Amino acid sequence: MSTLDARVPTADTPMREISMSQAIHDALAEEMRRDPTVFIIGEDVAEAGTPFKVLLGLVDEFGKQRVIDAPISEPGFTSMGVGAAMTGMRPVVDIMFGDFLALVMDGIANQAAKVHYMSGGKLKAPIVFRTTLGATRRAAAQHSQSLQAWPSHIPGLKVVLPSTPYDAKGLLKTAIRDDSPVVFLEDKMSWQMKGLVPVDEYLVPFGVADIKRAGNDITLVATSCMVQVARAAAEKLQAWSISAEVIDPRTTVPLDRDTLIASVKKTGRAIVLDPGYQQYGVTAEIASVIAEGAFYYLDAPVKRMGALDVPVPFSPVLEDLTVPTPDKVVAVARELCGMR
Amino acid sequence: MSQSSPSERQVATDRVNVDTWLHMYERMVKIRLFDEQVDELYKTGKMPGLAHLYLGEEAIAVGVCQALHTADYITSTHRGHGHCLAKGASVDGMFAELLGKAAGYCHGKGGSMHIADPDTGNLGANAIVGAGSGIATGAGLSIKMRKSDQVAVAFFGEGAMGQGLVYESLNMASMWKLPVVYVCENNQYTEYTRYQEVMSGELRNRPAAFGVPVDEIDGQDIRQVYAAAQRMVARARRGDGPSFLICKTYRYSGHHVGDINRAYYRPKEEEAYWKAERDPLKLMQSWLLSDYGVTDSILDQIFQRVTAEIRHGVEYAIQAPYPSPQEVSEDVYA
Repeated sequence: MSTLDARVPTADTPMREISMSQAIHDALAEEMRRDPTVFIIGEDVAEAGTPFKVLLGLVDEFGKQRVIDAPISEPGFTSMGVGAAMTGMRPVVDIMFGDFLALVMDGIANQAAKVHYMSGGKLKAPIVFRTTLGATRRAAAQHSQSLQAWPSHIPGLKVVLPSTPYDAKGLLKTAIRDDSPVVFLEDKMSWQMKGLVPVDEYLVPFGVADIKRAGNDITLVATSCMVQVARAAAEKLQAWSISAEVIDPRTTVPLDRDTLIASVKKTGRAIVLDPGYQQYGVTAEIASVIAEGAFYYLDAPVKRMGALDVPVPFSPVLEDLTVPTPDKVVAVARELCGMR
Repeated sequence: MSQSSPSERQVATDRVNVDTWLHMYERMVKIRLFDEQVDELYKTGKMPGLAHLYLGEEAIAVGVCQALHTADYITSTHRGHGHCLAKGASVDGMFAELLGKAAGYCHGKGGSMHIADPDTGNLGANAIVGAGSGIATGAGLSIKMRKSDQVAVAFFGEGAMGQGLVYESLNMASMWKLPVVYVCENNQYTEYTRYQEVMSGELRNRPAAFGVPVDEIDGQDIRQVYAAAQRMVARARRGDGPSFLICKTYRYSGHHVGDINRAYYRPKEEEAYWKAERDPLKLMQSWLLSDYGVTDSILDQIFQRVTAEIRHGVEYAIQAPYPSPQEVSEDVYA
């Protein structure tokens, strides 16, 4: 861990308020300035700055040779990124929607994830796959999924789920410097979220969960956009004198098991929240880590709250039913605390 | 670059001296004896798993790799032993890998289908058909971005022409003038199916559609392979972009060592014809003897030398220790 990793902002740290989108942009710009081998490849990444405008302006500073507009060939430019990573570059591959992971899984799961192990440690693929997650954008079934369980299932990949501008910037810089392939999933609905980040350079290490809110009665483990849901639920639970602790693992791989288990040993209750499908998902893995690690301290079964196990529907009335909300979390938390 | 004429091939290879040819011949013999030995290791139950033999296709790997520098990259396939040896891998390390030993190229973690050797520019054999084309094209992008003068070669079979990734790679390589040479080894059988049964149109028209120059040659004649590879590698090194080489060849063995009874998909007479009339080693021997003053005794010395090398490699691999148990969890992350 470098000295940059250890920097946690204090009251004296000069801070500025920026959006999640700006945090991502700034992390890329800083790393591209620092290291000439870092480059971006993807669809509409240059002048367009992606359809979400997250990369706007990077092409002006770094040129089209390092911010490369690719054809709509996700498997092609993903695999090319792997080849470039194996031969001295540090690509950041832009996969516009997380749903397109379905198109590029050979490059990620069979190539990048395995090349280091399969070559007996002789080759490596330092590459970041930036993509998205999150529903409620009225984008229907093929542009709304949160598929972080897929890369999390594959040994050899690291998986990052930032929930704040501070985490997003520090984690993305760490991802670019990592010598292993990293899948970095950004919540589409959080890009406009504002937050304080240090003016000076900093990194956020992988495998270190962040306690977003301290509490004593129940642990809400939440990833990505579910951190906001958990925090809102924690505020509401105060009305019933339930003190909820909100923990964001920040990376599903590596997973900070110790912090999760320690929290549940303290509270005796846990709800695990993740925007991905619930069946066989991130919530299942984390719930089992808690059940195995804190079994004798549990006062209630560990509960899971993920996306409803249906293809994401278009109609707002239906789509809103598929995601966990603060009120749903409050209801489950009260039940776990013996309140009806 | 259209299909090269016989006179162009003649000019390109006339300048090659006999020592270079004999070096290439020795590499071909090495691949032949290596894979014959692999078949033996399978049949005698000494090798775990399966392997895909390169027998009959030796001239392609050797002819292409002779046109490359050590620092140039290759990506290989499930049928990759020939490419690895042609690029300079050692027989000892390869046999050790095939037997799952710690001294193998991948510490026994890769096996036959994943031999990688960065020291000789080998980015790895690959068990996903066509996947090497994406990696080699990415290496080409990396070469261009680093302003290096390397070249990347993607070896694959005609079966890979069924993969969309190959066309996506060709499009980007052509658009961005990447220093990549695509070498399609058309051994005429896509696993257990004759390739014409699963390929529409003409193979050569496909890369041409992306503006990539194509040459279609006799992959059994190493002179043609070497001449075409030299032209294509030079073009890539100059910065003029990718080329596509189709080598017509023949897979002597089955799809893998366990594919013994194959008369249902191809006649034994066809196999016998290629081995008798179109064998790349026999063809080379014939013109080495008639045109280059090489004697039977020189060829025999090469055979004896390689035989000893293979024998040593097998013995070395059999004696070598297996990986220690803790290695199972090492190198998952870099």
